[in-house]
Amino acid sequence: MSKLLELSEKHSLSVEALTMAFPHGDRLLIALQGVSLEVQRGEFVCVVGASGSGKSTLLSVLAGLEQPTRGRAHVHGHVALMFQEAALLPWLTAAGNVELALELRGIRNPARSKIAKELLHKVHLDGWERRRPHELSGGMKQRVALARALAQDADVLLMDEPFAALDAITRDLLHEELERLWKQNGLTILFVTHNAREAVRLGDRVLVFTSRPGRVGHEVVVDLPRPRSLDSPELAVIAGRITDRLKHEMRSHGSS
Amino acid sequence: MAVADMASVFEQQDVVEDEPRSQRAWTERGWSWIWPKLVAIALVLGAWQVVVWSGWKPDYVLPGPVAVFQRLGNDLSHADFYVGVGITLRRALVGYLVAAAAGSVVGILVARITVLRRAIGSAILGLQSMPSIAWFPLAILLFQQSETAIIFVVILGAAPAIAAGLLSGVDHVQPLLIRVGHVMGARGLVMYRHVILPAALPSFVGGLKQGWAFAWRSLMAGEIIVIVSHSPSIGQQIQFARDLADAEQLLAIMIVIFIIGVVIDAWFGVLDREIRRRWGLLGVEA
Repeated sequence: MSKLLELSEKHSLSVEALTMAFPHGDRLLIALQGVSLEVQRGEFVCVVGASGSGKSTLLSVLAGLEQPTRGRAHVHGHVALMFQEAALLPWLTAAGNVELALELRGIRNPARSKIAKELLHKVHLDGWERRRPHELSGGMKQRVALARALAQDADVLLMDEPFAALDAITRDLLHEELERLWKQNGLTILFVTHNAREAVRLGDRVLVFTSRPGRVGHEVVVDLPRPRSLDSPELAVIAGRITDRLKHEMRSHGSS
Repeated sequence: MAVADMASVFEQQDVVEDEPRSQRAWTERGWSWIWPKLVAIALVLGAWQVVVWSGWKPDYVLPGPVAVFQRLGNDLSHADFYVGVGITLRRALVGYLVAAAAGSVVGILVARITVLRRAIGSAILGLQSMPSIAWFPLAILLFQQSETAIIFVVILGAAPAIAAGLLSGVDHVQPLLIRVGHVMGARGLVMYRHVILPAALPSFVGGLKQGWAFAWRSLMAGEIIVIVSHSPSIGQQIQFARDLADAEQLLAIMIVIFIIGVVIDAWFGVLDREIRRRWGLLGVEA
């Protein structure tokens, strides 16, 4: 694996001059062009951008689901990926979904079911272990997905708009939950969202992507103390600036 | 916010109702399930009786329901009848099991191997449209008037439907689930075992159900066409009844064939529903 190469110990994740192009009809669609970024171990970095800025593509490359057209993407350690849909296996119970991740890591019973129970406890799903995904609400499904990501013993958590489909209160609670798990487990998180407030709420840094082609247009360091409130005026100011940039960006590309 | 407070908020927020299924609800459901069927049976028997009363055909050609059910009751007290049902069900079981095994293997191979898929993927669908009765002349040529000929056609009737069910299940696995499996480290056979095959199961069961329907039709056609000596299967009994112009017996056996078909079909229906419910595909609960 390439993770042994030239990675300084501090960096958990690094992307160098990454370009991604896909054939689209008879043309070549450039999703990402010359993207470079570094995320330090234990850092929480958010990526915001309009649709078409290649944010999801970036995560796919980092998760090893797609090969870069040009450039490099390194991740130091195990990666777990979360999507907007929880993507739980519908035939397995909540516990079964978490256990499968453990099983694929080679963990045997009885340790497996014990660890799964602990992880579900961590995300406040005690008593729901034997339920199937279709019996759970959207927020609960994402919490199972979070427990499953932790079960993969991931050092790096890549999250692709994981809370976009949830209602405001559930999202708020999951922000707290995620922040807590991030600190407790020393995770490195790269979190993609189109919501500037959410990005400022969670991130140590926010990377604003330009669209068509996607590129890191701007970086905002968020030095507000944690825990932050989505409704705090300081947060709103920073988020407002980011939103203005995004709007400007979208107007100049005519891609609203 | 303290963790305990948070937990209580979660509970209020995320509680999904348990459906209370009381005894009463069950009996009500049972009744609402059964009464349309009783009405249907009454209508058919009534229409049959009216046609008999009209004198359209003489009694010895088209007997009424009372005479036929008396004859059926009489049959049920003779060992020959059970021997016949036994022979037929054994053939059905053997043919169907071989078809299920062959269909599954072919389905998996075609799904896995691109060359095979191109070569015979559409041939499987084509085979399904072949009326199984058209296989019998060839089957008799190959295996003479034997049980093998019958089972051969039962297999050919059922296996393509089973293979096609599995194939379409594998084809329609949500790409997102495959991505999740990939990120968790599942590759190749492990991916098949933990993600693709379970995801394909509802469609596979649909194929099994359809395969059974084809198997049963093929078997009845076979038992009527292919006369095997010393094996009074129910298909054969129906054919003998016709040869002897014994209309009561003919109709009595038809009722038996109908009931066996309906019972097994209903069993597949229950299996199908149960799997869909577990897979969350019914959309009732959440």
